[in-house]
Amino acid sequence: MKKGNTVFFKNKPRISSFAAICGSKEKEGVIGGYADVTLDDDMYGESTYEKAECKMLTNAVSLAIEKGGFKERDIDVMFSGDLLNQIISASFAARDYDFPFLGVYSACSTMSESIMLAAMLVNAGYIGRAVAATGSHFASAERQYRYPLELGCTRPPQSQWTVTGAGGCVITDAKEGIKITSATMGRVCDYGVTDVNNMGAAMAPAAADTFMQHFRDTGSSPEDYDMILTGDLGALGSRIVKDLTWEKGYDISENHVDCGEIIYKVIETEFQGGSGAGCSAVVLNSYVLSKMRAGLYKRILFAATGALLSTVSSGQGESIPCISHAVDLEY
Amino acid sequence: MTGKTGENYNNNYLNYVKTQDPPTRHFKNCAAAFGVGGLICCIGQFIRLMLEYAGLTGDELAGTTSVILIFLGCFLTGLGVYDRIGRYAGAGSIVPITGFANSVTSPAIEFKTEGWIYGMAAKMFTVAGAIIVFGVFSGVLVGLVYYFI
Repeated sequence: MKKGNTVFFKNKPRISSFAAICGSKEKEGVIGGYADVTLDDDMYGESTYEKAECKMLTNAVSLAIEKGGFKERDIDVMFSGDLLNQIISASFAARDYDFPFLGVYSACSTMSESIMLAAMLVNAGYIGRAVAATGSHFASAERQYRYPLELGCTRPPQSQWTVTGAGGCVITDAKEGIKITSATMGRVCDYGVTDVNNMGAAMAPAAADTFMQHFRDTGSSPEDYDMILTGDLGALGSRIVKDLTWEKGYDISENHVDCGEIIYKVIETEFQGGSGAGCSAVVLNSYVLSKMRAGLYKRILFAATGALLSTVSSGQGESIPCISHAVDLEY
Repeated sequence: MTGKTGENYNNNYLNYVKTQDPPTRHFKNCAAAFGVGGLICCIGQFIRLMLEYAGLTGDELAGTTSVILIFLGCFLTGLGVYDRIGRYAGAGSIVPITGFANSVTSPAIEFKTEGWIYGMAAKMFTVAGAIIVFGVFSGVLVGLVYYFI
């Protein structure tokens, strides 16, 4: 059933299991105690950062499957994507498995888009179990979008730090687990921000738009949620999204939490917090879902946000179109 | 903040974002750049004096000093120290010749994984290329002005 841009899942697909891997810097923060694997070496024993990213993603997927008590042959399809050109990490991770792979690209909102797509297929009854996973790596993202790692340049105060980590979950038609009740498909929003260092300000309108669409379609209000979770708006973007929704009559300031804002322990060189596809994936699949399963949170609106730019578009002076997909989780 | 009319919706938003932006600390950055940049120059001057003491003169002296500084810049980049200095010092470590060495060495290290020829060698000047182009260009301009005066 669909109303507005929101799809309602009658059969309530479940998140049966989840797993997350995080890098050495992320380990220091709140998720360090909840991630399944924490790395001391961000190379993860590989020769390149791209291979390390791929290995993190593979291990996150394998762990999620294993933790749910599933075997590889039980999985019907995997949805995954990442930040690198031609989503190589996800595709290369998928070649290790026998099950089919559907690549998605939605920048940093890949996690919520994968969950949403997996839930749609499971709800419709086409498949029984699907994996949704994504990840990112600071060094590989930095190389693709910014400067070489060793280049001595300053970072502007609006900038964020790409999270090294990967997370995945298994979405099934089981009768227990965390319910996915509805999902709102995001629209691409562009308010004309051109500063590639200010992703928070670029993505906040997309998050606000999806939130309000979701509230309108489901008839819910911000108070109905224990937590409204955004992906990687950072400290600045979080302030803006609260203002934007407040302006339209929704007050999310009480229960809004941003993964990027909470992931690092000390804001030092990260300035506004974490970013990247791995940011929301790691926080959701470690801290948030385990707390949810423990009964701390009953209902969460998870909306990761993504900036759909490339180095070419920003080089040509284009503004940054952004997107956000929301998934309504209940336990 | 964004207003009700569609006409200047984006402008209103961008102005609002500007009010929320954390300010760049110009004074602190300038002070750090001045201190570190000055220190690098003092080290250069010290090397120069030592070489002069060792008996070098003229072009040899200037060339050898630059070569030693370039080596130090590359070496510290390889050790992963220079980017830390740069994060703190900004222009202070970019403007001296060591900064140029850093801008050549860092992509060389980064792209080595894509092979020696198409990776390291071809992409070595991705950052420094701009410096070379505009450096040569401004050199020509200044040269022309100098010629006619």
